[in-house]
Amino acid sequence: MSLPARVSLLVVAFLAVVAIGAFVVLHYFLGGPAVVDYSAGVTPDSGATVHVVMQEDPQNTVSTHPDWVSYFIQNPRTKAWEHTTLFKVPAGSRIDMTIYGFDGCTPLRNPVWGQITGTIGDVEYVNGKPYHVINSWSSCNVGHTFSIPGINLNVPMATPGLIQSNKPGLCPTSPCQPGDPKAVPYRVMTFSFNTPHATGQYFWQCRVPCGGGFVTGFGGPMSTIGFMTGNMDVVS
Amino acid sequence: MAAEAPAQPPAAAGEPNHGLRIFIPWLVLSVAADLIIWIAWRPHLPPGTMSSAGANQQFDIAIMAVLAAPVMILVLTYFAYALIVWRQKPGDEEDGPPIHGNTRIQATWIVVSSVIVLFLAVFGTVELFTAQGSGGGEGASAVFTSGVSKPLQVQVIGQQWKFTYRYPQYGGFETTDLVLPTNTWVEFHVTSIDVIHSFWAYQLGVKADANPGVDNIAYTKIYHTGSITVRCAELCGLWHGAMFDYGRAVSPAAFQSWAQATEVHLAAVTKVLPPYSLTYDPTQVAQMGKGMVANGLTGGAGLYYPPTDPAQP
Repeated sequence: MSLPARVSLLVVAFLAVVAIGAFVVLHYFLGGPAVVDYSAGVTPDSGATVHVVMQEDPQNTVSTHPDWVSYFIQNPRTKAWEHTTLFKVPAGSRIDMTIYGFDGCTPLRNPVWGQITGTIGDVEYVNGKPYHVINSWSSCNVGHTFSIPGINLNVPMATPGLIQSNKPGLCPTSPCQPGDPKAVPYRVMTFSFNTPHATGQYFWQCRVPCGGGFVTGFGGPMSTIGFMTGNMDVVS
Repeated sequence: MAAEAPAQPPAAAGEPNHGLRIFIPWLVLSVAADLIIWIAWRPHLPPGTMSSAGANQQFDIAIMAVLAAPVMILVLTYFAYALIVWRQKPGDEEDGPPIHGNTRIQATWIVVSSVIVLFLAVFGTVELFTAQGSGGGEGASAVFTSGVSKPLQVQVIGQQWKFTYRYPQYGGFETTDLVLPTNTWVEFHVTSIDVIHSFWAYQLGVKADANPGVDNIAYTKIYHTGSITVRCAELCGLWHGAMFDYGRAVSPAAFQSWAQATEVHLAAVTKVLPPYSLTYDPTQVAQMGKGMVANGLTGGAGLYYPPTDPAQP
């Protein structure tokens, strides 16, 4: 091989290594889902109320894993649904949460997570009806949970009910649009909780083993930020 | 120049008794170190004396430290003595004398080493099987038992990524709060309903694997009230690092009040729990999910646990 050819090969190989390194840094370390900011304009530790809106979908059609179940968070400023599970809230505030449940049912592995804890009054409202416990083993009624272990918050997400698989039922395109429940069935879960005064990241997760096809159902979307688990960043 | 004193032939005329010059400082330092370990350090050794298992582990660690210190000091004393006494003199280019070994020293070394190792083997075995079961899980058939007819049973259920605690003697309620009474034998039944976890109650000296389908028993008796740090000690997935909580050891009266109040408070959710069992089938949800799919019901667009999915874990 001639000297120019060897030099050229060396340069190309060097650039390839640099490009791989840059990709790793940008994609895995600096990339990732966006953080939806619910803290802007709110004074921390003032007891102010912040309204956070999310939805859980039977799939997502906006990622490279379209068959993974996923949460979405609504941007409070643009009202657009963002494919992320990271959101920022002010410390010492009341969070009024609304979650649209579009997904079908899967039983909880441990029915104890059917109990609502950590909310104000230990209650959640499903389409306006209060619940303290939902028995996911008695019927097709729970799809997911929204749980923040760091503040002992656990709220099961109700499902639209029994859906025959041979009928068009569950929302087919993400993010789903709340509208006529007869056209695309869903449930509306509302509950409130107070954010701690201690700032920091509080991870949240779903407790339904909804990562079908993965070990114990807790792989795939259950172990990937941006799908069924994420962080609530409490800031001051 | 002498290379290694203990292996030399009988000392040459005028040669000091190196063995004695090493032995005396070693003896003084070893006695001092062991006294410091036993008197000053032992009370601060982990995991403390909050429970019988913890105190037993602290005793074991202190015994091993007392045995190890003289060995380490002998090595360091010999090393220091050799550096000082047998260092090369300026201008000394002579080789050391040939060494043919020293039967007495070799025999002493082998005997002492064997005694220490055999003692530790017997000591470790006795401590493992008799004294609180060493705080570790002993499987479903524990060799060490508390000896009391009705210890407090607490079931520890590992799941991604939280421990829950079930109290079968109080209606079988299940809670995320670990509350235990002092001066009472506690019989932990540790299990998992998904992957392998490890229940590590640090101050109690209890560390037991939580395996799906396995009832792993561990005993301890708590001596005084305080906070208990519980961590998962087995890498169990994305949020393993966040799988911790804090329990409480309280007086027997306070425990009774808490347990009775919690039993009432959690009555609604206790009704929906499966009957108390030493283990739970982790594949139950997969089977239920497959049943739904088989009956034409969707869960997550019909993607959860289709019949082709293996039963897991």
